[in-house]
Order: sequence, then structure tokens, then C-alpha cells
Amino acid sequence: MAFFYYLIFPGFAFAAIVGLLTAWFDRKVTARVQWRKGPPWYQNFADVAKLLIKEVPVPETANKGIFLLAPAVALSASAMAAAMLGAANINWDYTFTGDLLVLWYILALPSIMIILGASASGNPLSSVGASREMNQFVGYELPLVIAMATVVFKVGSVGLGDILRFQAENGPILYSASGIIACIVAILCLQAKLGLVPFDIPEAETELGAGTFMEYSGAALGAFKLTKAILLYTSPIFIITLFWGGIQVKGLGILWAILKYVLFIALFTLIRNTNPRLRIDQAVRFFWVNMTILALIALVLMSLGY
Amino acid sequence: MSLGLSGLKKSIWVYHVACSPCNNCDIEILDLLTPRFDVERFGIVLVGSVRHADALLVTGMVNRQVKPRLQELYLQAAKPCVVFAIGSCAVSGNFFRRSYNMAGPVDRAIKEVDPNAIIVYVPGCPPKPEAMISGVVKAIGFLDNLKAKK
Repeated sequence: MAFFYYLIFPGFAFAAIVGLLTAWFDRKVTARVQWRKGPPWYQNFADVAKLLIKEVPVPETANKGIFLLAPAVALSASAMAAAMLGAANINWDYTFTGDLLVLWYILALPSIMIILGASASGNPLSSVGASREMNQFVGYELPLVIAMATVVFKVGSVGLGDILRFQAENGPILYSASGIIACIVAILCLQAKLGLVPFDIPEAETELGAGTFMEYSGAALGAFKLTKAILLYTSPIFIITLFWGGIQVKGLGILWAILKYVLFIALFTLIRNTNPRLRIDQAVRFFWVNMTILALIALVLMSLGY
Repeated sequence: MSLGLSGLKKSIWVYHVACSPCNNCDIEILDLLTPRFDVERFGIVLVGSVRHADALLVTGMVNRQVKPRLQELYLQAAKPCVVFAIGSCAVSGNFFRRSYNMAGPVDRAIKEVDPNAIIVYVPGCPPKPEAMISGVVKAIGFLDNLKAKK
């Protein structure tokens, strides 16, 4: 059962297909915002299928093992995160104590693997990208943890199942002042985790080539593209689970769930299309000052009962 | 294999190599990405790293200084990789062909390192965006032949 969860239904296969479709939605909306027509729906599937037959040249200066292992670990970690969130939403008892913390660690793994792979590639521009990714990672994790702590203290448990049960009984956490503020902080932190535009500093195309992914090609790059697609599917589910009552698969609940999902994806896309890229010091200051203060306000409001 | 090839036909990532051009061809290439022509609807995307490229768009006559760099870039690209010689200078040398610093048009420079390279010629000074799209269509037809042979 666990293998089925991990490999097929809420895990790898399902998350990859939905993630690639979501990435298409993102590209299509971007194209419409820029007054273009945009790619067809199968575009991202074609990209990944193409990358599988391309050659994978490994640079001479690279550390071969880490360079090729990093995308595989990133892909399996993101599939694991999708499987855990999906399983918790399908069955509230299919969880264990403290799985929110485990999920947080697993969601951090793809970023760490991108840093490792980029530094192992031996390319100077990649290493600049890796250092930026690391700075940004240190930046957004702090407000994200405080926003998650708001939810955890309100519910009184670190289990995804308990969070979902609490919201089913007392109404979603989003419908309170502290919930809205914490949700905004979480959305912006996940925008940075996904590497979408105001925070795509590590792979800035105009200054670093492709930054962290510069030396990757073929199947290794395809694994990273799939990782990004699965994370794009996982992040809205993560926010919905924490703040908006999760996904109910019974009856009309599925339509409501799809609506919530599309709403968050549209939010990510619109933020990405209406903002210019920040500098790395601006991004870290944004997260450590503005977002941390906002998250602390949410924490204080929650402890006062709002 | 055929799944990958049909994927390749639907998603050609291009990398722009400017080998001492006069920038007219480069402006026409950028025209392709604007809303009027929007080649992203065919899956054609401009990428920042040569490792991701499926096609090199080479503009300009290749002079002595830039020739080793062009060859190095071609060797760094992940194969299969198509080379587009865009503009009269890249195709034949145009009126620079007897110049002292001319180091061969694009096809000669590329074939020195890989005799089997696939090279698409798009003449014109500068070529129209429609001509470049037609060149891409012909390259896709070549890929179809490749599949039929196997």
C-alpha cells in the first residue's frame, strides 16, 4: 500500500502528471498576460520526453557521483512530499506524530540537492547560483517556520491529520486574522522555494545563463524539471492543507478542492508575472525583516485569540 | 526512442550564438519571441545555457577570434543538436568572404569538428522571421526522415 501511495496515486506518477499540466497552465497564463498565444497543453510532457533522449555530458571538473546523484535524490524527495500530503488528505489517520516536521525537512531536500549539484558541477556561474540559492534558502525558511508554528500552536499538534481534523471541526484557519497573515507569508515563502520570478535569483537567465542548472542536460535536467513540476503541485496542496481545510475527495468537495488549487496556482503565476527579479540582498532582507515581522505578528495575534 | 524524437520536434530549445554579426539578424531572431510571431506556441524557447540547447542559432561571419569558441560551444552542446546558419554572412560569408579575418562560414567551422553535423541554412540579409520559421519546419522534416530510416 505504501509503495502504491509513493509511486502511483498521490505520489510520483499522479503528482508528475498534474504538476506538468500545472506548469503548462502557468506558461499559458504567462503567455496570455504578455499578449501571446502560448504553448499547447502537452508542451511540458514533450519537453521531458525530449530531455530523456538527449546526451548527458559530464564536465571534466565535475564531481561525477554527486553531480548525477543530486537530481535523482531531489526527484524522489519531491515525490515523497507529494505522497505524504496526498495520503494525509485521503485518510486523516494515515499519518504519524510529527509528520509536518518530516514534510518540512523533505521539502527542503530539493533545494539542498540543487545547491549540491550546482557546486559539484565545477562551473563558476553555477557556483554563484548555488551560493545565491543557499542565501535565499536561509532567508525564506525562517518566516515559513514561524507561519507553520502559528498553525501548530493553534491546533496543538504537529500532525497533518490533527491539523485537518481541527479545521473540519472548527472551520479553516484561514478564516481568522492570524490565519490570513500567516497564509500570505507562507505563499511568498513557497514562491521562493519554487524559484518563481521575483525570487528566481539562483537561476537568473539574463545574468547567470541558467545558474544552478547551467551544466545539466538530458535526463538529469529532466529530473530537475520534474522535481520543479511536482513541487509546483505540492506547494498549493501544502498551503491548502495547513490553512484552508485540506482536500476532501467526497462528492462536491472535489470541485471545491480543484477551485482552491487553481486559485493558488493563479496567485503564484500573477505574482510571477507582475514583479521584477530582486537582488539577492533585497530578497534576504525582504524575508528576514518584512516577512519575519509579519509572521511574528500572526503568531502574537494567534496567541491573543484572533 | 520515437517518443523522444516526437518530443524533440515539439520542443526545440534554441541557444543564440552571435559570431561577430552586425546585429540585424539578432534583432530578427528576437522578433520571433515577440507576441506577433510567438514561437513558444511551437515549443521553441530561448535558453541561457548551451547544455540545454537543441539548436544553435549562429549569426554573423565567423572570424578568426570567434571560430574556436564556436567550435567549443558546438562540442559542449548535448547531442542531437542542429545548427542554424542565420543570415547571408553565416551561410556564405556574404561580402566578407575575401576579408583578411574571415575563418570560413559557419558550416565549414562546424564541420571541422563534426563532419556529420546537421546544418540548416537560412539566407537573407537579414532573413525574415517567416524564413526562420520555415527553416525550423524543414529541420523538423529532416528529423522525420531520421525516424523513417531507423
